[in-house]
Amino acid sequence: ERHRGKRRDGDGEKKKRKKRRRKGAHRAEEGEDEVQTRHERREREKRRRAKNDQEAKGRERDEEERVQTTSGKVAKTKKNIRNENTRRRVEEEEVEVEERLEKRKKKHGSAKKEEKKEDEGKQMVKEKEREVKKKKHKKETSEEEDDKEEDSKDEEMRPECLTPEELEKLKEAVDERKKLIQSLRGKPWPMKKKLVTLRESQEFVEKYEGALGKGKGRKLYAYKVMMTKKWMKFQRDFENFKTACIPWEMKIKEIESHFGSSVASYFIFLRWMYGINMILFGLTFGLVMVPEALMGRPYGSMPRKTVPRSEETSAMDFAVLWDFGGYAQYSVLFYGFYNNQRAIGWLKFRMPLSYFLVGVGTVAYSYMVVIRTMARNANESGVGDDNSFNFSWKMFTSWDYLIGNPETADNKFASITTSFKEAILEEQESHKDDNIHLTRFLRVLANFLVLCCLAGSGYLIYFVVRRSQKFALDGLENHTWWERNEVNMVMSLLGMFCPMLFDVISTLENYHPRVALQWQLGRIFALFLGNLYTFIIALMDEINLKREEEKIVKFNITTWEASLYNGTISENSTAPSITINPADVPRGPCWETMVGQEFVRLIISDTMTTYITLLIGDFLRAVLVRFLNYCWCWDLEAGFPSYSEFDVSGNVLGLIFNQGMIWMGAFYAPCLPALNVLRLHVSMYLQCWAVMCCNVPQERVFKASGSNNFYMAMLLVILFLSTLPAIYTIVTIPPSFDCGPFSGKNRMFDVIHETLESDFPAWFSKVFSYASNPGLVLPFILLMVLAIYYLQSTSKSYRQANVELKKKLQTQNEENKKKNKRAALKAQMDLEEARKAASQAAEEQKNNNASLQGQEDRQLLASRAPGPRTYHHGNHGASGYLPGFSEPRMCRVPSLQRH
Amino acid sequence: MGNKQTIFTDEQLDAYQVRLVCVFYSRLHGRYHELAPHLVPMDYTNEPDCKLPLALIVNMPELKENPFRNRIVESFSEDGMGNLSFNEFVDMFSVLSEMAPRELKAIYAFKIYDFNVDNYLCKEDLEKTLNKLTKEELTPEEVQLVCEKAIEEADLDGDNKLSFADFENMITRAPDFLR
Repeated sequence: ERHRGKRRDGDGEKKKRKKRRRKGAHRAEEGEDEVQTRHERREREKRRRAKNDQEAKGRERDEEERVQTTSGKVAKTKKNIRNENTRRRVEEEEVEVEERLEKRKKKHGSAKKEEKKEDEGKQMVKEKEREVKKKKHKKETSEEEDDKEEDSKDEEMRPECLTPEELEKLKEAVDERKKLIQSLRGKPWPMKKKLVTLRESQEFVEKYEGALGKGKGRKLYAYKVMMTKKWMKFQRDFENFKTACIPWEMKIKEIESHFGSSVASYFIFLRWMYGINMILFGLTFGLVMVPEALMGRPYGSMPRKTVPRSEETSAMDFAVLWDFGGYAQYSVLFYGFYNNQRAIGWLKFRMPLSYFLVGVGTVAYSYMVVIRTMARNANESGVGDDNSFNFSWKMFTSWDYLIGNPETADNKFASITTSFKEAILEEQESHKDDNIHLTRFLRVLANFLVLCCLAGSGYLIYFVVRRSQKFALDGLENHTWWERNEVNMVMSLLGMFCPMLFDVISTLENYHPRVALQWQLGRIFALFLGNLYTFIIALMDEINLKREEEKIVKFNITTWEASLYNGTISENSTAPSITINPADVPRGPCWETMVGQEFVRLIISDTMTTYITLLIGDFLRAVLVRFLNYCWCWDLEAGFPSYSEFDVSGNVLGLIFNQGMIWMGAFYAPCLPALNVLRLHVSMYLQCWAVMCCNVPQERVFKASGSNNFYMAMLLVILFLSTLPAIYTIVTIPPSFDCGPFSGKNRMFDVIHETLESDFPAWFSKVFSYASNPGLVLPFILLMVLAIYYLQSTSKSYRQANVELKKKLQTQNEENKKKNKRAALKAQMDLEEARKAASQAAEEQKNNNASLQGQEDRQLLASRAPGPRTYHHGNHGASGYLPGFSEPRMCRVPSLQRH
Repeated sequence: MGNKQTIFTDEQLDAYQVRLVCVFYSRLHGRYHELAPHLVPMDYTNEPDCKLPLALIVNMPELKENPFRNRIVESFSEDGMGNLSFNEFVDMFSVLSEMAPRELKAIYAFKIYDFNVDNYLCKEDLEKTLNKLTKEELTPEEVQLVCEKAIEEADLDGDNKLSFADFENMITRAPDFLR
């Protein structure tokens, strides 16, 4: 009897331990415990059942027990707590010395008392066992401590006793098991253990779920699992599909892995540009060129749609076509071809209106996209800038476990190496502190030099342009070749040598390469602005010349018509103008088409130079270096010519200025976006190839700023600068009288008025005229400015708050780290002392059972004054400092062995 | 359960079924069998005790290009030498699958990166990791720097090596810890 009782006590304790564990974190031992306890429980149950049979009172007792369960819950919990305490004491006893050290002295007194108490308790238990009543009571406690499953099993045997309370308990148990089954996959156990646990829990659930009346849960669960799996697979496939849809993604990734993110950022920028140009192309092609070609009057029906008689012979020559003259000039590609007929075709398509709106829409869309992208980039860089675990994340999470292709793996290796190099560079840059005064001086000097360069080149351009205007007035024929092409030559020479000069100067500054790149970009940008400025001035001059010519032609035409009519009226009064071929009609110079042609020629020549420099400067150089290296005096690859690096700044600027030209010229030559799309497409492939085959990575691979907002900012400036002249010409200069969709109007934007008057109801135009009243517009603008100011200031304050918070977080983190370090250090010291103390305790125990109090005092002394590490007691040699034992938990091991 | 040829008893399948869909399971067995047809029996009803050596498993296409393939297999094997029984094999795949929870992955990732199996990621472990990741293209100084930095960042208790707590704290915040 007594034996059994004890056993049961132990059992109960175990159970309780298990319960507690399950409630807390899932520990690994749980399964084992469960398995063990299960066997024991089964045995015990058998025994008890036998007993139940024997004892007639058994049932009654059970009933009683139940009653007590409900009534004496408070007492039970108290008991639980006490039991818990005793269990802990037992453990504590085992590791007496160390535990005592960990818990400070204050706790010790109580611990001792508890131990005593526990001893008493044990004795009491023994006593209890003798008495029947007490035994009953004890059994009850153990029974209660038993899992509810125990109870529920009893209930299951006798379903008639199923009270709602038990039902609740049973439900709970089943739910718990179910939870276990669900969370099983998240447990780091070996499969075997998982299987065993799973089988048992499943059996349990199956058995009792029936009692609860819900049996089909398993199938549903399996189905759910399958569906989630399918869904995840679908999501992954969809992601893959999305990435596969991004054009040139693989190419860019490959380049990034070999050349770093700065070179890749150029290609990403190029791709983005390509996207924008695609949209612009769609707009102009779909709404302007195609309708005119399909529904407008055919070629040859009007003077503006036919090649004039004087040019007819050479109109199909390749040289003329290449220059976009001849048939190309009198085609849908240029402004002059479009007719001023208000509505064309059976769709009644409003051609002039469409032309105007597309021109405006192109610019508006570009502004919108650029600004939106900038805002998004700013957002991204503002939020996701958590660099607290930069290196660790790079080290542990950079490998993509889905890679199964050797080439991709190679790329991944390269990209990981590059990213590490970038990170190392950043780290080194952030810790570099040289002579600040010297760097500052050098930077000021460099900027001064660059300013001198810019001013000099600006003056040179101005001078050359003035001179060329003088030459032009004199007539070009009596000047030399140099004098005629002076402007172009000077421009290209400046464009070639100034960047090199800037490069040399920027080495003075000693900036981080990313910052240096931005400076370089800014400087070259300023230089190129001169280019733009001369181009625009030259164009304006030309426009003025053409307009004067137009006046003369207009006058001539009226006289010509008058003479024509005089002649025809005298001979034949019917159908006078039919006899005249449209090619013979005299016409104005049409400055709009001229402007469009200029831009198209510029784009073409620019593209050609880019490609040719690419082929000669990169490819030919690489070939020469590669193959002449076998028979040359010095090492060509490592020495002077070497292979070229990819020039990020030059290429980006080229792209940006090219885009500026497109924006400026797109109104007068609708074919420009199409041409640009073609150019970008080709240069994407060509440059990708050239980079991979004949460039070498930069010496200092650096990380491009995650958002290339700097490029965007420059693009925005260029967009603004290029829309200015376009808008100026549209608003101030009257269109040509005999070509283009706006011919015959005073200004181009009159088309809006015309549409409002004729196509909209009267009230609408009235409303519009009211709305465009300056008295309404000015307050509105004022309001907008105020709103912008308000938003700006609030965003500023938010940003400040953000920065403040970030700083706070960082300091807190550092504080925590420091605290942890201090704690660890202290623990280490404590450990050292503890080991010493332990060894001494062992010694003393050997001699005689010395009082613990004295030892503690000594320990206290030692911990209070940790400075001098010399101890008068104990054998230092045996318990020296062990580097492996850094955590206080670890020190249990030796002591356990000792006891 | 669809397949006529019984590889597992019904009970075994029943046990597996909740965790993994049955079809998937037998497919996995197919893969296991494929690796060494002469070693692995087709009939798994009496739970035969056979193990596949590391060299065979490492050559699976899923692991072939992985720089940590040996470590992965070793950390899943019970004997630490890389010999996997079928249960361990299933284990490995269930952890590497995308369905596995993050915490579980963190536990096994820690095991994988812990080259010398001392339950800490110390500097040597990090160096090995780094060299595997970059194919030893970084100079020793750079490796040194990176390792120091990584430890400095993630080490919370100041013992100059990363315990699992440090590792978990760091890895769960990583944006792209998905594998």
